[in-house]
Amino acid sequence: MSTALLHTGTHEKKAVLKKKKLIPYWLLAPGIIWLIIFFLVPIYQLISTSTQTQGFGIGTYVQTYRFSNFADAISSSRAQLFRSFEYAFLATVFALIISYPLAYAVAFKSGRWKNTLLVLIVAPFFCSFLLRTVAWEQILGEQGLVIKTLRFLHIFSAQDHLTATPFAVVAGLTYNFLPFMTLPLYASLERIDIRMMEASGDLYANAITTFRRVTVPLSMPGVVAGTLLTFIPAAGDYINAELLGNPGTKMIGNVIEARYLAIVDYPGAAALSLILMVTILILVMAYVKRAGTEELV
Amino acid sequence: MVDASTSAHGDLTLTNLTKSFGEFVAVDDLDLVIPQGSFFALLGPSGCGKTTTLRMVAGLEEPTSGKISIGKTDITFEKPYKRPVNTVFQNYALFPHLSIYENIAFGLRRRGVKDVDKQVQNALELVELTHLASRKPNQLSGGQQQRIALARAIVNRPALLLLDEPLGALDLKLRRAMQIELKWIQTEVGITFVHVTHDQEEAMTMADTIAVMNEGKIEQMGSPADLYDNPRTSFVANFLGQSNLIKGSIVDSSGGSAVVDIFGTKVGLAQDRNHAHDSSVLLGIRPEKIRIQPAGTAMHGNILEGGVISDASYIGVSTQYQVEMPWGQELMVFEQNDDGTPPLAKGDAVVMSWEPIFTFGLAGDQDATAGSEANPDSE
Repeated sequence: MSTALLHTGTHEKKAVLKKKKLIPYWLLAPGIIWLIIFFLVPIYQLISTSTQTQGFGIGTYVQTYRFSNFADAISSSRAQLFRSFEYAFLATVFALIISYPLAYAVAFKSGRWKNTLLVLIVAPFFCSFLLRTVAWEQILGEQGLVIKTLRFLHIFSAQDHLTATPFAVVAGLTYNFLPFMTLPLYASLERIDIRMMEASGDLYANAITTFRRVTVPLSMPGVVAGTLLTFIPAAGDYINAELLGNPGTKMIGNVIEARYLAIVDYPGAAALSLILMVTILILVMAYVKRAGTEELV
Repeated sequence: MVDASTSAHGDLTLTNLTKSFGEFVAVDDLDLVIPQGSFFALLGPSGCGKTTTLRMVAGLEEPTSGKISIGKTDITFEKPYKRPVNTVFQNYALFPHLSIYENIAFGLRRRGVKDVDKQVQNALELVELTHLASRKPNQLSGGQQQRIALARAIVNRPALLLLDEPLGALDLKLRRAMQIELKWIQTEVGITFVHVTHDQEEAMTMADTIAVMNEGKIEQMGSPADLYDNPRTSFVANFLGQSNLIKGSIVDSSGGSAVVDIFGTKVGLAQDRNHAHDSSVLLGIRPEKIRIQPAGTAMHGNILEGGVISDASYIGVSTQYQVEMPWGQELMVFEQNDDGTPPLAKGDAVVMSWEPIFTFGLAGDQDATAGSEANPDSE
């Protein structure tokens, strides 16, 4: 009788252990299901579409495993592809230059204004990305204060414009992704123990050397996260080029958009999307590897 | 070894040094001379101003008024990176992104020293951690990090090394070992060490001279033995070790030894240990200096009768007694368990005595418990 009881006891224990082991999977399940439906399935669709060819009628395609779609896509859109990375790179550099002093000031010098400043940095998110870009169109446009001031000061002539220029596109990209740069930078700067700077000063480093040798290396996780969060979406963006640019500033996002919605060339658009994804992935991996081995703590 | 960092040499002198934060005066008109080559401890409870004093010497805090100089060089408003001073920070503040080697080399490289490698190796040898040169700080134990922090500061051969609670984060055993090692290293390199701590045992083990700080002022300064045997204030008497302080009045101070009346009993007090301003005195005696016997035993020296044991705790090396006196005060007595007799028990009537030379007298107008709440040893 007692052995039988003992037996059921261990049995129940095993069942409980099994249940406990399953808990992580249950917790992961919603995320995994979400990922399968909204990421894996579309990616599969994208890859599959990229090698299809035109069937009978507009918008119908059949799978023919035509891999030369990729070569065609590159040869027809090489300029826009390179321009995308160029603009994204410039926007990332400008965002870093603007954000670093800002994040530094918020992290170390803002005192009781810290929370207010953080709210202000996030504030643009309360307004839609599209609306903010339209607003930039107005600010830089012919009736805007900026151009009027520049013309009044005779820096710009009546023929010079701000909108429909590469400058406007890069400026728009920089502005739109600025918080993605500032917030990770702030987070990693704020984590730095102030005594590290004190120790550096104590060890004969002046303010500039301390910044170069201690502050910057210790904020590298934030720099890496911020540049990735800016560069990746900026490279794929088409809103800024659409609203603030001209036909000569088209980015790869504009080409993909046009192929999907205007030309209805699904395979070409899919091939370009994949090329963009893979290129970004390679660039990011190379970047993280370099930054990671040298500087990251 | 040559001092490469600076021309400033000599004693550290603080003159009328004051630091206020708004209304709060952290350091109050401090005057202090720390002789070159000494191991000096600033001892006091948290908030007494010892760390602020240290930070002002390091240049991390600007004095409200007063002057700091090393030898003849005034460094009061000198930038921290231009001072011949290095600090071992509380929690070490090692650079997490640099290897141990580069941490130690940091100060040398900033000063453009030539033989960086040799000096770093020497410093690593001094703290016996040569094999850890290529590691990162987070791969080291607390004790190892502590020694690297020391090596990183010492390698620069400063005129002055500041240690801010350097052993606070270590466990008791390691702390004891590091105390001995720090003392040895200080003797070895001959640099002036200024050590800030709230741990009286740490200060007494290592320092040649201790300044006890309280509320921004120095209560008393002297050798560990001097402070312990001959405290001048009740704060020092209670903060360094434990003391029995009994109210009394001086009835005769004509001889080399004063006669003090404590609740009807006359005891002797050497004049050089009497710090009372008038006849009102707090008579002090350390618990381990008191002998205790069953009532009726013949005793010599200063004798107190009429006590009853209210508590006895046997702690191996000694037995600690609480003895209730007829006037209601409880006295502490620590008796070595070295004479083979069984410890006395609670409720026993006892007689106590001590040698008059161990008595000290404090001014009777101060709080007899000052400093005891800040002393971690006393309950």
